Amino acid sequence: MRGAARALARFADSDFVYSFSRSPVAVVSLLVVVICIAAAAFAPLIAPHDPFDLASLNLMDSFRPPLLAPDGEWTYPLGTDDQGRDVLSGIMFGMRISLLVGVASIVFASVVGVAIGLLAGYAGGTIDALLMRVADVQLTFPSILIALLVDGVVRAALPKDMHEQLEIYVIILAIGIARWPQFARVVRGSTLVERNRDYVMAARVIGLSRVRIMATHILPNVLGPVLVIATLTLGLAILDEATLSFLGVGLPVTQPSLGTLIRIGNDFLFSGEWWVTIFPGVALVLMVLSINLLGDWLRDALNPRLR
Amino acid sequence: MAAFILSRVLQAIPVLLVVGFIAFAMFAFVGDPVVTMLGQDYTEAQRQALIRSLGLDRSFLVQYAHFIWAALHGDFGISYRLARPVAGLIAERLPATLELSFTASVLALVVGVPMGVYTGIFRNAVSSRLFLAFSLIGVSLPTFLIGILLILVFSVMLHWLPSFGRGDVVHLGWWSTGFLTISGLKALILPAITLGLFQMTLIMRLVRAEMLEVLRTDYIKFARARGLSDRAVNFGHALRNTLVPVITIVGLQFGLVVAFSIVTETVFQWPGVGLLLIQSIAVADIPVMSAYLLLIAVLFVVINLVVDLLYYAVDPRLRIERRAAAGVR
Repeated sequence: MRGAARALARFADSDFVYSFSRSPVAVVSLLVVVICIAAAAFAPLIAPHDPFDLASLNLMDSFRPPLLAPDGEWTYPLGTDDQGRDVLSGIMFGMRISLLVGVASIVFASVVGVAIGLLAGYAGGTIDALLMRVADVQLTFPSILIALLVDGVVRAALPKDMHEQLEIYVIILAIGIARWPQFARVVRGSTLVERNRDYVMAARVIGLSRVRIMATHILPNVLGPVLVIATLTLGLAILDEATLSFLGVGLPVTQPSLGTLIRIGNDFLFSGEWWVTIFPGVALVLMVLSINLLGDWLRDALNPRLR
Repeated sequence: MAAFILSRVLQAIPVLLVVGFIAFAMFAFVGDPVVTMLGQDYTEAQRQALIRSLGLDRSFLVQYAHFIWAALHGDFGISYRLARPVAGLIAERLPATLELSFTASVLALVVGVPMGVYTGIFRNAVSSRLFLAFSLIGVSLPTFLIGILLILVFSVMLHWLPSFGRGDVVHLGWWSTGFLTISGLKALILPAITLGLFQMTLIMRLVRAEMLEVLRTDYIKFARARGLSDRAVNFGHALRNTLVPVITIVGLQFGLVVAFSIVTETVFQWPGVGLLLIQSIAVADIPVMSAYLLLIAVLFVVINLVVDLLYYAVDPRLRIERRAAAGVR
């Protein structure tokens, strides 16, 4: 317990925390991200209405304007959609799914990318050339196109009645596959440096297996940049998911993410109900912008050359 | 020169074969066309006959070779959704996508370069900072939201511009163009801005960075010392030397613009290949998907090739190195 308190005190006193507290952009971004995560995590507890509870929906409440409009009311601060669902509650539940898919796909991409990068960097030779060629070819195409095609192929391979339940996993897989090369490249680069260090030589001399050397000796030393790339690509992954859902090949209406909400709201743009689509859009941009700024700050803070 | 082109083409072939293999694997492993085509009632003999007539009893490699051979002759199979040859479908919609992508790229250049020059020369002015902040927002906004916002402001609220479709088109042979009618040009404005905004901010930042770099060099100081006007220095000396990387980037990015047009086309219901792809993915129309993949791959390879050749033509150092390496004087 005291050890933990001391570690915490040491952390609070570190350069890292100091440079963080001196950067207003980082502080505000972290605040926005924390609010988003809290809103998403506790959505069932704190959302003013339950958008999935069909019994509480009343069509008489459809298209209530938001507070910004002259006749808005406090019951629905951001208005309601065509079914009478509260837009604010919808955003909170949508954020939950957007964040979940974004984080899960980045975890998937980083695990695959780190494993491939380690293997390519340590094994070298033909394996390295082959794996990196694949990464190069994939990097020339935009990631959204790769995700779209993976999504399309998996859709075609699955029976139709399973689409809705499995779609969330399909999307995670599609975005993960589209995003692994960045991780693999960086990890390969650091592995190439690490594998010629003395401690790896020593490990080899005592006769440890290659897998053991890669997993317990090299891996901890190449993980540093992975955290930065994960933060920087998390925002992009959330946007990928929103784009797929907006295009109508992402998450279904039964599991609406922010992108799905924007797509649904887009149909009412012409009849003047702008709030159904604009507010989820604003929430998406605020969340992604904060994550990106936080990632930028993290990259600079962890780079000793910039100090 | 001929050897250089040849080696470049030879390098591109394996990439195309790999992408072709992925496109073919989509056919081979996803779904069973035989079951789809036979319907409910069939005998084992009918099934075997169909498998033979489709060539599905032959080895994987032979089927792959057939697929590549057919693709080289412009035969990409029949769309499951529309029951028409895929090649015809794509040829019909390609002009719409290419016109949109071309307009967006030109727009990005025409607006992005002057903004970059301006922010590079007056680096501390308030207006420069505003441009930079604006570009940061442009990068952070997802494409589909930009489209939605533009539609909300210019179509729904102001009623100035149409929000969907291409307007009236004129047919020149098989090519349909929207450049020649007023409604076609009006319909082009919002989608082109949506698609070009990201490139515009990218070009602006690139030109700005290059200008800052070049303005620091000795030959710029020398030009100023000679008493040349600001205009001659900034545009005649500085801008000229920043344009080579800019043109390269714009060229290389054209493939990306075409691929990104998927989103813009969906927002504006623009009848191009991107919209066709989305409609095909929603119903798992594999032939269209694999043809699109091949098309984009060819486009990327051709663009890379052209950019390489342009480099070769523009930068004399490359030619000399090559000759030295080959041992020719």
